[in-house]
Amino acid sequence: MTNNLYMPYQMKVERITYEAPGVKTFMLRFVNEDDQNKFDFRAGQFGEYSVYGVGESTFCIASSPTRKGYIECTFRQTGKVTNALSDCEEGSIIGFRGPYGNTFPLDEWKGKSLLFIAGGIALPPMRCVIWNALDLRDNFKDITIIYGARSTKDLVYKHELQDWGSRPDVKLITTVDPGGESPDWKGEIGFVPTIVEKVAPSSKDTIAIVCGPPVMIKYTFPVLAKLGFSDENIFTTLENRMKCGFGKCGRCNVGKVYVCKDGPVFTLAQLNKLPDEY
Amino acid sequence: MKSDRRLVRKGSLEKLFEVLKGDNRQVYAPFSRNGRTSYRKIEKFSDIATDYIQTTQSSKEVSFPRTEKILDYSKNADGMSVKGIEPDQIPQIMLWGIRPCDAMGIGELSSIFNWDYKDEIYNNRLSKVTVLGFSCSKTDEYCFCTSVGGNPGNTEGSDILFTQLGGNGDYLAEILTEKGEKVIALSPELFEAAGDIEKEKFLADVPVKFSHKEIYGKLEKFFDSEEWVGQSLRCIGCGACAYVCPTCACFDIQDDSHGKLGSRVRCWDSCGFSLFTLHTSGHNPRNVQSARWRQRIMHKFSYMPERLSVYGCTGCGRCSRACPADMNILEHLTSIKEAAL
Repeated sequence: MTNNLYMPYQMKVERITYEAPGVKTFMLRFVNEDDQNKFDFRAGQFGEYSVYGVGESTFCIASSPTRKGYIECTFRQTGKVTNALSDCEEGSIIGFRGPYGNTFPLDEWKGKSLLFIAGGIALPPMRCVIWNALDLRDNFKDITIIYGARSTKDLVYKHELQDWGSRPDVKLITTVDPGGESPDWKGEIGFVPTIVEKVAPSSKDTIAIVCGPPVMIKYTFPVLAKLGFSDENIFTTLENRMKCGFGKCGRCNVGKVYVCKDGPVFTLAQLNKLPDEY
Repeated sequence: MKSDRRLVRKGSLEKLFEVLKGDNRQVYAPFSRNGRTSYRKIEKFSDIATDYIQTTQSSKEVSFPRTEKILDYSKNADGMSVKGIEPDQIPQIMLWGIRPCDAMGIGELSSIFNWDYKDEIYNNRLSKVTVLGFSCSKTDEYCFCTSVGGNPGNTEGSDILFTQLGGNGDYLAEILTEKGEKVIALSPELFEAAGDIEKEKFLADVPVKFSHKEIYGKLEKFFDSEEWVGQSLRCIGCGACAYVCPTCACFDIQDDSHGKLGSRVRCWDSCGFSLFTLHTSGHNPRNVQSARWRQRIMHKFSYMPERLSVYGCTGCGRCSRACPADMNILEHLTSIKEAAL
């Protein structure tokens, strides 16, 4: 059938990076060169990754659209599909369909400063935007990244954190929850909202992009409000269980809003209008 | 197009059936057994049920099967081979005897499968279905088509609508689409000229209980109402309502694996199931049955009209007939209409 919406691209797992306990990053290349040439996506979009015989699972594309020829995804081994993915080796063939959903409006952010705040396994959806912004560095003023995890071993993208930390054009603050520090830890110790309050980044001409577990988000929003961020300038990306990715299977909606089609990227102003069902 | 009205003699229906059955076409029609009526492939005209108000299952299975392959895969020495399902594997179906509420439901279901992304698997199946609707001369206490924009002689969704003129009478055939005309062309002699016939005289009387637009307006501010809890106390989350519904489209995607071969299948699902929205983390956005019941009603009477400009209910009443806990959607919608905000 010419137009089977559910037909995945065949992807070859080219490189596997161990990020943290249970967390891996796959670099995926299109098996069919024609698919690769036609493929395009933008920061914030997601896809359905599948292991044949096991099923599909939803996560964001963690690489930047400025890096052509491949995509990356980072996942934690939690359910049936992520366990099967985790069993894949370099050279394995998996399925991918997408991209789906809306995008972070990087064009509209030109000339502004960007503040990224992420917790734990929520850095991957943001990594796409971070690299996208860094690859177009001249378009933006200050870039600040505040990233926290439960413990030092749970921080993902450790090499990239080093890279970002050593760049003069990025301000990186890493933190771990109290008790999660290793003896040689040089970063902050404390929960993300507390560290945001301590660092007190300026809200002037600044867009805040926040991603993390619900509890982190809940306590970070009020801190940003205190710092003067308007609800329109705070962005986040929602996750809900999905099957199709394009508004038909009926499970990701929050009220009348479909996370797969209207999201996954929302401003706090948009979230405030949604019923409390996500 | 303006409908063409013809008369089909009662005795001619069987001849029409025999014509339709041939030439690589299958006729699906209501079949009764042990007091339950369902659609199935019919070989003998005498097997078609005539005395039914509504079938237990809707006819949506012809375009949206309960379990449907969306691709086949096989693992081999060179890697992985993945194939889609070809449209020529899909049979031509004559859907005989469906009620106007089910025919109307086809459009509502299609609006979901074509919301921006065109679902060609669904569309291919539907393109091969010819809808031969039969108006209702009988109704029961569960029917409420007239409250949701339908009526017992509604032509919407049918390619031909037959209305029996009296208990043992001939049939008025309204030819509504090109697919309908193709049926006539197979056997034009069976379709005589119809004189002035007042069709409405022969239709069931289904009283209007509320207006779906009224419910829509009410639901705008109803999300946080206590009413959902009261209504759903009896709900056991079995999902029967979704399975019998002509417009419920929610589905799951699963892999059906047999060693190195297997298929990816799409299968019916229900927003009433507790696992439907459960995250891997254990978090569940709709973590109580009242939230799931609310989703069912809101989706059909608020979200669909707002996003797709159609309602997700045809008033067929199947969910109420099927509910093992005796929930009645007509009563619940009426109480939403009457509830104080």
